[in-house]
Amino acid sequence: MAQPQNNHAQNLGQALPSMIKRSLIVLAIASIIFAPTLLLRLQVSKIENTLFIQYRWVFFAIGCALILVWRLIYEFRAWQRANVPLKASSRPQSQESRFAPYVGPVLLIAAILLPFMPFTDRYILDISILIVTYVMLGWGLQIVVGLAGLLDLGYVAFYAVGAYSYALLAEHFGFGFWICLPLAGVFAATWGVILGFPVLRLRGDYLAIVTLAFGEIIRVVLLNWRDFTGGSNGLSNIPRPSFFGIPFSQGPDGFAATFGLEYSSLQRMGFLYFLILALALLTFYISSRLRKLPMGRAWEALREDEIACRSLGLNTINTKLSAFAIGAMFGGFAGSFFAAKQAFISPESFNFMESATILAIVVLGGMSSQIGVVFSSIAMVGGIEALRQLQFLKAIFGPDFDPSSLRLLFFGLAMVIVMLWRPRGFVSSRVPTVFFREKKSVGSSMISQGRG
Amino acid sequence: MTKPLLTVKDLTMRFGGLVAVDKFSFEVQAGHITAIIGPNGAGKTTAFNCITGFYKPSGGSIALHHPSRGDFSLETMEDHKISRIAKVARTFQNIRLFGGMTVLENLMISQHNELMRASMFSIAGIFGLPSYRRAEKEAIEKSMAWLKRIGIADKADDAAAALPYGQQRKLEIVRALCTDPVLLCLDEPAAGLNPKESDDLGVFLREIRDKDHVGILLIEHDMSVVMEISDHIVVLDYGRKISDGTPALVRNDAAVIKAYLGVDE
Repeated sequence: MAQPQNNHAQNLGQALPSMIKRSLIVLAIASIIFAPTLLLRLQVSKIENTLFIQYRWVFFAIGCALILVWRLIYEFRAWQRANVPLKASSRPQSQESRFAPYVGPVLLIAAILLPFMPFTDRYILDISILIVTYVMLGWGLQIVVGLAGLLDLGYVAFYAVGAYSYALLAEHFGFGFWICLPLAGVFAATWGVILGFPVLRLRGDYLAIVTLAFGEIIRVVLLNWRDFTGGSNGLSNIPRPSFFGIPFSQGPDGFAATFGLEYSSLQRMGFLYFLILALALLTFYISSRLRKLPMGRAWEALREDEIACRSLGLNTINTKLSAFAIGAMFGGFAGSFFAAKQAFISPESFNFMESATILAIVVLGGMSSQIGVVFSSIAMVGGIEALRQLQFLKAIFGPDFDPSSLRLLFFGLAMVIVMLWRPRGFVSSRVPTVFFREKKSVGSSMISQGRG
Repeated sequence: MTKPLLTVKDLTMRFGGLVAVDKFSFEVQAGHITAIIGPNGAGKTTAFNCITGFYKPSGGSIALHHPSRGDFSLETMEDHKISRIAKVARTFQNIRLFGGMTVLENLMISQHNELMRASMFSIAGIFGLPSYRRAEKEAIEKSMAWLKRIGIADKADDAAAALPYGQQRKLEIVRALCTDPVLLCLDEPAAGLNPKESDDLGVFLREIRDKDHVGILLIEHDMSVVMEISDHIVVLDYGRKISDGTPALVRNDAAVIKAYLGVDE
């Protein structure tokens, strides 16, 4: 977007023609994009059994009008910036920190109370479990991407390793969930180290490509090693986790009977919710402790300057491997929870889209902010779901309109806007790990993003 | 005469066909400030990178004599081990601080290995055991003592990238000193400093030599600094040593004058 720079001290009347001209150019580009996406739609005529094209002029007009209005506002703001002297609007640095101490506890209390709320039904609980799973995965990936600055596009591989570890150990050895959980973490961490070794010397784009390939290799192996993993049929009948030995079943030994409650399938959902919440909080606790310890500080130093690290006697190989291993371990925990919750897993659940979503959560939330990850998970996972609920749009666009067909479009738009508004994520500043007198957060402009 | 701190013998570094450093030999005495000077492209930084392990030399030997830890062959060691085990610290020509971390954090990183041991590779740290907390407190105290010496103790909690240039230079030197080196290698420490800051730096370096008994090896272009603080000067030109001796001797060496100023045909 070329910002108009040649209009110093122009009055609005002089500037207007060029502003309108630029807006019309933008409108023309927008209509080219909207023509195939909003205007044309292929429909099946049920009577004649033929295909025909439906022209949705209303959508098209609304889309173009929105773009035009947005561009005119943008032009006006740009003119204003260039001509009207700004007030000394130094945004206070502590803007984020005023409410910051309360955000975490409030979110935690809300999370604990959620299953007991009267409006909570199966659907809400299901979405909440999904959101908390992504929060946990985000926190795990944040160690690798946010702290150590190593761009990992194959994080879902560790999620898959965790899930298949649980499923296979349960199937072949009859291990329960609570034994498999730590084992899944260990396996995933091992795979983290296995991935870590070949990529030790790679940085930036090259690192991203190899991690991407690693994620795909794991998925393809799971898909083709039929005897072991069941191939595309996946693994089913994975045992559900029990409440410390008490199953969530309807019989006399079940959870409801033992505690004198009425049986409800929601009890299992509630348990799963608290299980993933506990796992996520464990991830939070360990990663935030580690960040303040020498190990975590070394990760951040690695992101800032690897050569300086080596000159100070840090073994960068160990530092990188520990970041990969610990990040992967949490992915493994989350994976075995996923297998236990779904009771069915197949390679389709572990495709690149998952890695991309988790990475987007970390980037959107802010590379070094754990609270930011919570918000971005709610926005990414909950937001996509919420867009399914746009039934009211039917009132505007008529009963044939399917709001969920446009939700990814809306979602992409929202992400672009958020990244324009906060290019370094929701919470972009960094809280120091150690301080002498006063904890001053470090502005995002000084923090290196890591070159791999 | 006691054993020299650093003995470089026939150091050679080739990049393909280019010989950047050619059979370079010199010694650094303990308790001395030794300077390597030479025109641009003479191979000074390359020699430095060989000594600190960032390059693997094509030939020659680099022996370090640590008064309590014994002798090390630096040419066979990895860069991080040279800092951790042989205790040779370095700074960089273009400052390499951890900009997004605070001044104090920068100094904590250089005490990483001791702290890592104290945290029992994070296990004691995660549970917050007192042994680790004590070690961390000591590390903070040590850092603060250094910051007081360079007069930026009040900026301990500021981001390193927010410091003025001169203070960043000093912070980088202090960060290297926090690793408790026996030999400190400084790559153009006075570059970009104004005359007043250069003088301060000279005073500070002599203080390190005399009080902290750290041997210093430095590359410098600022001749006023070099001539004033060095005990010993080595001159490189086109990768070869052309002169070696006290400042007074080097200043009047015909080969040095020729290399720097050229000579009439």
